[in-house]
Amino acid sequence: MLINAFLQALREIRRNLMRSLLTAMGIVIGIASVIAMVNIGKGASLSITNSISKLGSNILFLTPGQQHGPGGQSAVAIPFKTKDVDLLRESITALEAISAVESSTMTALYGDQNYQTSIKGIENDYFKIQEFSFHEGRDFTNNELRSGLNSCVLGKTVVDKLFIKGEDPIGKKLRLQKFSCEVVGVLNPKGANTFGMDQDDVILVPLKMFLRRISGNDNVHLIMVKVKENIPLEEATVQISQLIHERRHLKADEEDNFSVRNMSALLDTISQITGMLTIMLGAVAAISLIVGGIGIMNIMLVSVTERTREIGIRMAIGAMPQDILIQFLIEAIVLSGLGGIVGVIFGISITMVVSHFMHFTLIIDPTITIISLLFSMLIGIVFGIIPARKASNMNPIDALRYE
Amino acid sequence: MIELGGINKVYGTSEASSTVLKDVNLKIKEGEFVAIMGPSGSGKSTLLNILGTLDVPSSGKYTFLDTDVTSLTKDQRSLFRRYLLGFIFQGFNLLKKTTAIDNVEMPLIYLGVKAKERRERAYEALKSVGLENRAEYEPSKLSGGQQQRVAIARAIVTNPKVLIADEPTGNLDTSRSHEIMQILQEFNKNGITIIMVTHEEEIASYASRVLHVRDGILEKEVHNAH
Repeated sequence: MLINAFLQALREIRRNLMRSLLTAMGIVIGIASVIAMVNIGKGASLSITNSISKLGSNILFLTPGQQHGPGGQSAVAIPFKTKDVDLLRESITALEAISAVESSTMTALYGDQNYQTSIKGIENDYFKIQEFSFHEGRDFTNNELRSGLNSCVLGKTVVDKLFIKGEDPIGKKLRLQKFSCEVVGVLNPKGANTFGMDQDDVILVPLKMFLRRISGNDNVHLIMVKVKENIPLEEATVQISQLIHERRHLKADEEDNFSVRNMSALLDTISQITGMLTIMLGAVAAISLIVGGIGIMNIMLVSVTERTREIGIRMAIGAMPQDILIQFLIEAIVLSGLGGIVGVIFGISITMVVSHFMHFTLIIDPTITIISLLFSMLIGIVFGIIPARKASNMNPIDALRYE
Repeated sequence: MIELGGINKVYGTSEASSTVLKDVNLKIKEGEFVAIMGPSGSGKSTLLNILGTLDVPSSGKYTFLDTDVTSLTKDQRSLFRRYLLGFIFQGFNLLKKTTAIDNVEMPLIYLGVKAKERRERAYEALKSVGLENRAEYEPSKLSGGQQQRVAIARAIVTNPKVLIADEPTGNLDTSRSHEIMQILQEFNKNGITIIMVTHEEEIASYASRVLHVRDGILEKEVHNAH
């Protein structure tokens, strides 16, 4: 009986192919978005986690101000001073490397080429923290760092944009707005980071030079710290916090007006944001599933009315009300189930395309696939029951007389 | 085989009711070919529907082979029709866009017959009405007479005890009507009881017994010698 009802349902769907396809489209879109959302979300967060652990989980970021939840910044955000960095370097033994990082965007000129890129004022430890290695040339000399001489280290992208292929950038002079700098080193390429930013699209200059020539003061807005391998991150975080807290003359019970975060805190923030986005998009997907379900109910009601006579014939021939109920219910389930299958295929295709272009790890979660399929069938049951009951409650005589 | 005792059928509420059947008493023996005649509104169709368990009487008793049909539930009446009755309608009532053989197979699906046997029995049924070479035709490709023959095949494919025929020739011309009646007579000779409603004397003459209904009352009975 069930097999026959299933075959009958397929026949009915084929009979009204266009109508069935349009009806199932709502389910297709809903299921495809759920599948794509969940898989891409998982792939993205796995990629982020991977690249963060590759970068080193023992890196701390010191920034002025306090973050209260994603996006919220406290009003008081007093920048650090270069002296703060020196103090940290001298006082805290747990640190393996420390560098202030100031950045800005500028247009660099060489010959008749110009290119807008990110300029970062740094100290030599920055190379160690970011695990940059040199393709050619060297890092900054103490002399360059101390007196802020105009020398710079280029990322691969900048070299490609400004120099002709084969030309050796070492010793050449770039013009950066009002001043010029001599290229002393070229970094090995690292490619795009987790957030899709090109890490080689950068010009690095000594911090002193940046402060003198560009910012005009000794404010520092980011300090990056690498903690020694054998020291727990929390311990280093507490030491740093205490030092800055005291140095800023904050009372013991006063809230820090700066923050010391590590990559996992960053990851938490990111996953909070992506989690929120996933919930919102999931809600949209859920709404489209409900809309799809209503579409199925609508078409099934039309179908029941159209086939009133058929229902009468079947009842006269000996179909019990429950046989009619099952027939129409299965038709609704097959309709939404087929929508679900197509939706899964679409969803997985979208995941593959997006993961490929966004360089995320491709994850296709079998659990969500199965749940989605079952859910699509559940929609068929929920929204098919009313039309099916309407059909099964018909009086055979009236149904047979229906024109 | 069939016994109706004091059957009444009243439609509507107690304030505005209309009595369609009044105290109908009737016995039908196995193998009979009964025609029910009467003007429109006489209650002949209601009587047929009650006999076919598509409708239930307001009062009275309907016994079929020692079974009290009036006490059956809706589902039991479905099963009763499924196993014991076959239906033929004026408008043929075949499923559209469904081949002749698929139409004939349909009652066997509800009987739970396996697909292969279903096909064979449906084919045999079509053969018995002379349409085995039209098995794969859809109703729209068949003439009225052929459609009614498919409907007959569908009605007899389950080997029912009784065929219930509601104006089986109502939509057909004279020669097709006689063709259909001869087929029905043939099945009757092979032992199927037939109860048929018609308003044509000529069609009723195929039956062995003609019941005349007027204003809900069984007026008279005529026995035909064949």
